[in-house]
Amino acid sequence: MTKKIVVPGEKITSDDKFLPGEGTMKQGKDIKALRFGLYEENGRLVKVIPLSGIFMPRRGNVVIGKVMDITFNGWIIDIDAPYQSFLPLSECPRYVNKRDLQDYLDIGDMVVAKISGVKSKGVDLSVLSRGLGKIESGITIRTNSNKVPRIIGKEGSMINLIKKETNTEITVGQNGIIWLKGDNIEDELFAKKAILFVSEKSFVEGLTEKVEEFLKKNKPKKISKK
Amino acid sequence: MKRHDGRKENEMREIKAEVGVVPNANGSAIFKFGDTVAIAAVYGPHPLHPQHLQDPRKGILRCNYDMTSFSVTERKRPGPSRRSQEISKVSEWSLLPVLKLEEFPNTVVDLHIVIIQANASTRCAGINAASLALAQAGVPMTGLVGAVSVGKLDRDIVVDVDKKEEDFDKGEGATDIAMAFTAEGEITLLQLDGKIQEDKMKEALEAGEKACMEIIEIQKKALKSIKK
Repeated sequence: MTKKIVVPGEKITSDDKFLPGEGTMKQGKDIKALRFGLYEENGRLVKVIPLSGIFMPRRGNVVIGKVMDITFNGWIIDIDAPYQSFLPLSECPRYVNKRDLQDYLDIGDMVVAKISGVKSKGVDLSVLSRGLGKIESGITIRTNSNKVPRIIGKEGSMINLIKKETNTEITVGQNGIIWLKGDNIEDELFAKKAILFVSEKSFVEGLTEKVEEFLKKNKPKKISKK
Repeated sequence: MKRHDGRKENEMREIKAEVGVVPNANGSAIFKFGDTVAIAAVYGPHPLHPQHLQDPRKGILRCNYDMTSFSVTERKRPGPSRRSQEISKVSEWSLLPVLKLEEFPNTVVDLHIVIIQANASTRCAGINAASLALAQAGVPMTGLVGAVSVGKLDRDIVVDVDKKEEDFDKGEGATDIAMAFTAEGEITLLQLDGKIQEDKMKEALEAGEKACMEIIEIQKKALKSIKK
């Protein structure tokens, strides 16, 4: 399948067997691109995958955010989206005293959360499922949210490779914030390097092999500690 | 008629366009018409404050045009002026028809256009850079916008006037028309400075449309050549 870069207003096809998908519009007989990105055919559907731009929250996305403020019944969390997001107390897995919300999440804490709903005025979050909640250790890095599919790879191939080679636990938020947790800081920094390598080279064909090579070449030497 | 720099009547100055010049912005571009250099940077969509400016039906575009104090031969007093406010507004209007901001209600897209070197046609260079920057920022749009200034020097229609031609004072004098077209040939900006006959206006619009289509092709090439 060919991947082609399209610019806004560019005619993709005038074949009427195709249907306009995300990032495209129908104008007369032609299907035209609405955004700057890569064009992809998926059966009868044509869509444009954006290469740049901001993160638009969707229901079900797992995101990583920072606690900005505490209200009387929840937390306001910055997830790098154009809308404010709110984590209500009721979406918390354990009992939290209404007067001591900061005991569970304080201002400045990072949290992994799932988007439970998107409304016109904002985003609702939840930390009820497994793997969600406050980040206790490790580091978080920021990348572009459009690079997330490349960082994860096909069925997680890329992220699993990095996880295995660097010996770290990695959680990728759909908003482009990534949480790395390893046994020591060297592993975490190595994983960070690898992820930045992927996001920089996200256009290269056969990236998984290149990353494998990169990981072998740059592996930090084990420092024996006494 | 001979133009002072040897260009043909329908020939623009050398155009250079590059996308992704401001790393901090969501989208950015530089656009040059010979000596006229414009940089555009797009931030957003992001939340709009104060809240009463928000529109729950669509996002809004906020454009800010500015000339650096060293961009002209005599120092320009920095800061907003009557002229820069007007150009900010017309640039905003010339780009809004192609933007589909309905997907981002209650938000704002901030567009900054800075002229770092001026030799006439700055608003046109600014709009061209802005169109590229908005596309790179991932804002949905129905097409790109190209802008060019068309001049009437005495009785001749010329495309992309520079400062020397703007100040032309022989015969009927100089008229300067800034215009912007979408790829479909719709006019989104038309400003006339001077006098022009009806039939000459038609001729000017035709010349302008042709030049804008050339610019849109250059913009497409610039967008496709970025790697990142």
